[in-house]
Amino acid sequence: MAKLSANKVNLYYGDHHALKDVSLAMDHNTITAFIGPSGCGKSTFLRLFNRMNDLIPHVKIEGEIIVDGEDIYSKQVSVDLLRKNIGMVFQKPNPFPKSIFENVAYGLRVNGISDKNFIIERVETSLKQASLWEEVKDKLKKSAFELSGGQQQRLCIARALAIEPSVVLMDEPTSALDPLATHKIEELVFNLKEDYTIVIVTHNMQQAARVSDKTAFFYLGELIEYDDTNNIFTKPKEITTQNYITGRFG
Amino acid sequence: MTTDKAHKILKRKKLSQSIAFSIFALITAVVVLILLGILYFIFVRGFPALSWKFLTTMPTDGMTDGGIYPAIIGTFCLIGGSMLFAFPIGVLSGIYLNEYLLDGKLKNFINMMTNNLAGVPSIVFGLFGMALFVNKLKFGDSILAGSLTLGLLALPVIIRTTEEALKSVDDAFRIASYALGASKLQTIRKVVLPIAFPNILTGLILSIGRVSGETAPILFTVAAYFLPKLPHSIYDQVMALPYHLYVICTSGTNIEASRKMAYGTALVLILIVLISNILAGIIRNYYHKKNKI
Repeated sequence: MAKLSANKVNLYYGDHHALKDVSLAMDHNTITAFIGPSGCGKSTFLRLFNRMNDLIPHVKIEGEIIVDGEDIYSKQVSVDLLRKNIGMVFQKPNPFPKSIFENVAYGLRVNGISDKNFIIERVETSLKQASLWEEVKDKLKKSAFELSGGQQQRLCIARALAIEPSVVLMDEPTSALDPLATHKIEELVFNLKEDYTIVIVTHNMQQAARVSDKTAFFYLGELIEYDDTNNIFTKPKEITTQNYITGRFG
Repeated sequence: MTTDKAHKILKRKKLSQSIAFSIFALITAVVVLILLGILYFIFVRGFPALSWKFLTTMPTDGMTDGGIYPAIIGTFCLIGGSMLFAFPIGVLSGIYLNEYLLDGKLKNFINMMTNNLAGVPSIVFGLFGMALFVNKLKFGDSILAGSLTLGLLALPVIIRTTEEALKSVDDAFRIASYALGASKLQTIRKVVLPIAFPNILTGLILSIGRVSGETAPILFTVAAYFLPKLPHSIYDQVMALPYHLYVICTSGTNIEASRKMAYGTALVLILIVLISNILAGIIRNYYHKKNKI
């Protein structure tokens, strides 16, 4: 069974038809990349899986989004629990103005965990998973804003991992970072595949080619092509895909 | 375009630029000078009256001698009382307006009302306070009635500054919190409020400055003409600095002889406002540095 899937999803921002009849399924322990030009709907589509679009007024959603066999837009689903299970990392690193420790512990605390030792342990594990531990272990009480942009983004990844989600959604996680920091994040993402389902939206086609197993190409709100990353980049079936990956538009 | 012409245009631009800036600078200087003038005027006349005795003793000799101790205490009681009332209500309303209420007619209506409330002359608050708190609710002329009246006056300012403070919190923090499974209330309590707090506090301190100087709202609700003793409960009347100043300037027993006292009182009042404003600045800077936002 697919971990995440979408069935004939349409999404409207007011009158704007932003996603058109999108269907796709993603398996556990894979990295899927969403690529496509700005405004193609890839980020909007990503945000359907943790219901972040709910925060935007005048959004209308049709179709089904299924996580672990359950329609997450049905009335019985608790949005808070859904978001605990499906973590997210954003385009711009957005740590809270709190200490490094408290940033990672935050998700645990709001989910009702107060066992001090457990929190300390989870914070350490998550920071290690995000390969940030060595750099921050002596300054956990320092403000997260003292970290560099790349470190902040890894902190945000640790923060997302702390509450043990099974899926991590990444919305252009490296677009605000320099090449070196980008490389670190990519390495990290690749290693996370073992335990998580990862979906990554990216503008950077090399990035999609480097890290992902599968790639979905979006254009003007439609899913044009979805296939193994290798196939998409070497023998795309659609002419639009080919034009995009060869840089003829974008 | 010839270089000559281009040169001319450049010259003209420079000239109009420097004229404009001179005018701006001049006007700013006038404003600052007026302000410094007032401060200097009060300071020079009030400073000789200032002494430990002036601050800590009762007025004597028909308010021409002694100190202003009861008026200082009275003013502090009123500041404390009004803030105790207005701060929680103002902050909670601000939170509701900014975080919960969606944009729409109701929000516009409430915003319009708070703006209008902020513009209502303070004497009208005084009259309202007298009608409601003193007479209808039978609190009498008391700290309670005066504090509530002053609190009403400060309420729109506190609501507004709370709203602005919350509005300036970057949505990225809210979104990050929701994405971790936090509820709206948790997000507000643990993320949004701590970030907005210094600015909310600034609003509080600025309204303290405003409240401490208001005369009209306390005129019919609490202020005593002459009461050389300290209050025992919230149902007692008190003297207050602004009203005391008014009294010794207009209807004291010997206005000429109280002149020195009047300037001393004015100086103390200005100092309270000045200190609370400086305090607001310090607190804001401290938290901004701490949060590094």
